[in-house]
Parts: sequence; C-alpha cells; structure tokens
Amino acid sequence: MNDVTIRTTADATPPADIDMSTALAGLTVSDPVFTASGCAAAGRELSPFNDLRAIGGVVTKSIQLAPRSGRPTPRMAETPSGMLNSIGLQGPGIDSFLDNDLSWLADNGVCAAVSIAGSSVDDYAKLATRLRGQPVGLIEVNISCPNVEDRGQVFACDAGAAAAVVSAVRRAAPNGVPVFAKLSPDVTDIVAIAKSCVDAGADGLSLINTTLGIAVDPTTLRPMLAGVTGGLSGPAIRPLAVRCVWQVHAALPHVPLMGIGGIRTGVDALEFIAAGASAVQVGTVIFNDPSAPSRISRELRAALAERGIDRLRDAIGIAHRPPQIAVPEEPDPPGDEIAEPAFLPRNVQFEEASP
Amino acid sequence: MPPVQVRGEVFSIKPVGDYFAMTVVASGIAEQTKPGQFVAVAVSGDNGAMLLRRAFSIYQVADRGIYGGTVEFVFAVHGKGTAWLASRRPHDPIDVVGPLGRPFKLPAQPANCVLVGGGYGAAPLFLLADALRKRGCRVDFVLGAANADRLFGALDAKRMAASVAFTTDDGSYGDQGRVSDVLPEVIERTHADVVYACGPMAMLAAVHTVAADAYHGAGIPSQLAVEESMACGVGVCMTCVLPVIGDDGETRMARSCVEGPVFAGDRIRWDALGTVPADALGAAAMMAPTELAEQNT
Repeated sequence: MNDVTIRTTADATPPADIDMSTALAGLTVSDPVFTASGCAAAGRELSPFNDLRAIGGVVTKSIQLAPRSGRPTPRMAETPSGMLNSIGLQGPGIDSFLDNDLSWLADNGVCAAVSIAGSSVDDYAKLATRLRGQPVGLIEVNISCPNVEDRGQVFACDAGAAAAVVSAVRRAAPNGVPVFAKLSPDVTDIVAIAKSCVDAGADGLSLINTTLGIAVDPTTLRPMLAGVTGGLSGPAIRPLAVRCVWQVHAALPHVPLMGIGGIRTGVDALEFIAAGASAVQVGTVIFNDPSAPSRISRELRAALAERGIDRLRDAIGIAHRPPQIAVPEEPDPPGDEIAEPAFLPRNVQFEEASP
Repeated sequence: MPPVQVRGEVFSIKPVGDYFAMTVVASGIAEQTKPGQFVAVAVSGDNGAMLLRRAFSIYQVADRGIYGGTVEFVFAVHGKGTAWLASRRPHDPIDVVGPLGRPFKLPAQPANCVLVGGGYGAAPLFLLADALRKRGCRVDFVLGAANADRLFGALDAKRMAASVAFTTDDGSYGDQGRVSDVLPEVIERTHADVVYACGPMAMLAAVHTVAADAYHGAGIPSQLAVEESMACGVGVCMTCVLPVIGDDGETRMARSCVEGPVFAGDRIRWDALGTVPADALGAAAMMAPTELAEQNT
C-alpha cells in the first residue's frame, strides 16, 4: 500500500484538486462511482439526471442470451431503509442489447461495464464471446443465478460452480477487458468463494449482490411479492456489505473490489473505500434520487478533501491500517504551570446512609 | 424536453373530500407538463427510511410569477409514505421529478370526447379537458367513486364539460353504480368519438370493454392512464410492468412509467393483467428452471 500523506484540514485543497481516479485491473477510470446492475437499466434513462461520462461508468442490467419477460407483478416491496425485488432479470437479450444499448453508451462516451447472466456455464461463455470487439470497459459476471445443470443450485453459493463460470468467461472474454465476479452474501464463507473466483481468473470482485428476504402483506397475510422471495437492497444491508468487502480485502489485498450495498451518500461510499473497495456502485438509492450517481461522486470528492486526502487511491483499505487521519488537536496540556488555587474546599466526611 | 428533478417546496396543502391536494413550487416541471403525465415524489426526507418515490398524476400547473411554476397533485393517505406527505406544511422542502410518462394522445381534428375518472384518478382529466377544448373538442365527463367524499373534481367538471354524469357505489351522489353502467348511454347521447379514462385497473378494464363495444360493436378508441405500483418512475427499476401489445403485434412486459402511463385500451392484455402471458416476449426463457432464480440484479 502507498504511504499516505495526511495534511491538516487547514490546508485542505479544494475538491477540484482531488485525484478521484482508480484502477480496476486493466481499466483505469477517472471517478470511482458506478451505477449498480439492475438499478440503471442500460444508462439512457438516467442521462437527464446525471453526466454519465463524468462518473466511473454504468454497470448494465444483467444481459442474457435470449429476451426474458421477467416475473409477474408485484415485483417490489418497500421495507425499512430498503426494498425487496423479484424482477426476474427482465431484459431484451444480447442481440438487442448490442444494437441498442451498448451502442448508445459508446456513442455517448459512457464507460460500459456489462453485466452478464446465464443458466449454464456455456451461456456465460457465449455471452462473453459476443462481447469481443465491442466497446466494453469491464465485464461483471452475475453469478447469483441458478445453474440448470445442477438442480438450480446458485453458482455464487458454490465455490466450484462459481469458478467454472469465471474461468469460462475469462477464457472467452476479450483480452484486456477486466472480468469481475459479483458475489452473493448468502454464503457461509464469502472469502472462500472470493478466492475460488480469483484463482479461476477473475481480475476483480464486485460485492455484494442482494440478500434474500421475504415480506408478508399485513392485510392479506400472504407474501407481498409474486415471486415470494426477493433480493433485499438499500441502506438496510450496508453494514453487511461493508463486512464482506472488509473480509475479502483483508484476505486478498491486491484484488480490486467494487463495493456495493446501500450506499446513499459520499460518506457511505468512503466507508466502502476505507474497508478496501477500489470503486463503488450505487443502486437502490437511484430509485430514491435519480441524480444520486453524480451527487455521490461530488460528495465523495468533498469527503476526501475534508479529511485531507488528496488521492482516492490513498484511502483504499485505510480502515485496515493504524489510525492516520489527523484528529483536531487539543491545545498542549498546561503541565506544571498550574497556579496555586486561591481557595481549597474542606474535606467533607459523610455519615452512613440508613436504608 | 427531458424530465427534471427539482428540490422544490410545498406551496400549499389542502384536504379535498377524502383526499389531499398538494401544490409544489417546482419550476421546470410546470412549463413542460402535458395532460396525463405524472410526478414522482420522494417521501420521508433525505435520511428517511422510505426509499421509493410515490407517483401521482399532475392535476394542475400554474405559472406563479416570482415563485416559479407550480404543480398540483392529489393523493389519498394509504400508508406511511402518503401520511408523511399529508403532514407536510407550506415551505417544507420536497423533492419532485417530472413531468414523467407519455401523455394522453389528442385528436388531430375536433372530436367528441368522454372523460371518465374513478376517485382521485380523475385528477389528470382536467388538464386534458382544457387541451381538448382548446382544440374545439366537445368534452363530457363521467365521474365515479365509492361515495360522495371520494368523488374528485365535480366542480371542475361541471365548469368545463357539456355534461357531467356522476356515479357512486353507495348512491350517496349521482347514480348508484359504476361509471361503466352509465358510460354506454353517455357515449350514445354525446356521439362520442373517443373515451379517455384514469382510475383503478378494474374500472379501466370495464371502460375499455364499453368503448370497444360502442355503436353496436363498431367500437371507439380509448386512451387509458393506468395506476401501476412504481418504485422509481423513471424507467430503471422494472417494477411497474404490464403486458402490452406493441406495434408489431408482440406482447411485451411494458413499463407503465416510461411506455405509459397512458396506453390505448386495445393494446393492454386485459386477460393477463398481473401475469406474464405465455406468448409474451421472453416468457419462454422463464419456463426453464431459472424459475428457481430467487434473486435478481
């Protein structure tokens, strides 16, 4: 890790001078804030509210080989500081995506991080192959999908299955485009899954995906979602996500991480950076505030400046190291210079108190 | 013009029957609003625990000079989010995105138009009536609700329309019954060329059936603004979908926030609401064991 130069807040440079750039394996971006998969469609709908060229990029909604209708409604339930969703990966399929969505991102100078999802190892490999020669900044592999070849077992919950997908994608993916595996928190040992993905060739990891939840309608006493279970997201899961980033960064300090889970402000983003993320993705907050990606980028820059940190990279994993942030200092202790008091109180004796 | 996000403030809030009408200073929205469009309002404050925006049809817009443009919307208190909204007071800050969605399509030539509203679903019909009258259209209203307190816009309708028919489920105002009970007579009497409606899905389905059967089955077009539950209002969350037939004849799960909320009545798959019909684009991909997918991203 780099040595950190901590300056006092008095000479903090204005936010414009903060170096926000970050490296995600082969991809260097000038800003660490991305939109999270499934929360930004393919970017276009957010362009009235954000300059998408000025943030790190857009992680697209997971794309599959064929079009998918998604699940019946209701697909969403609001929960305290969060929400459950059970969309079912509605999407147009890879052909339409390449023609309409990826080309829009490229034409508008937006860094495209393409999320891919499949139901077999072969699906993922085919999708990665289709991305060759395309304007792709990064590939994120959504492995929180059931494997049809293994009784619907979710790839992300099995180290071997996760590795098989990552390895197939890495082999098929265009050279020089980093492959990130997006991990599910619904596992016993996320570090074991993370290591398995990295050993299989993942250039980095995105953590975390949603965690499973259920909400019951208090009136009907039936599940609120047509799909019964849904993925829980939003600020409610942030400490869970920070814990995952912390553990994986501690075990694999040289693997770049994208931190995801309940980020609502720039300071929330900084928490992930400090825990070991090289970049962050913002998701559910976009439903609350469509201009959140730009706002959080701005707030993160200001938060770094306020703490006297010049370069975002200096803050990555800083929470794992001994205290370095300058805390405003108290005046020097006065030492021996205490003057004799002019008056000393009497030494009071107390009687025994009767019960 | 794309929608804008405005950190506005509450100009006024007043009870209207069982509802509340809130006017918000939100310049940039009023100026570009078309009838049938809606706003998505954040509730519970910047650090609040309710993250999803609440969507409301735009009832009125005004240019208030030095205050900037205002938009007015109507809501019922259904839960904690709308209760929070009802507790706002003038000058409280409020975050509004709009105008959103596709507006009602207007007839290119003067036409006889029947506007049907259910409860506070009637709210967007008054901007529509204005626009239609400016084009030389005849406007007649049918307003219905569960009871008299839940009728919305009776005075507006009487002021603007050639005629107004009222229905209530309990008979406390107008005819006892549903809007679809009186609609055939209104269509016939006014020589209606088109029906516009906004309200609950069951009402819209009934209105569509009446319009499609009008004139001994010849049918007239309907323009219907749906009320689907939304999370973002801007087209990114994919929660407000319903099965809609496209220009190519194919059924897709369409987002009511960006592809609607106004749809032609004959494009909605009334037989399959709340489901994904087997012939919808991409439905086949859901039949595989991916049905087991418990998690979306």
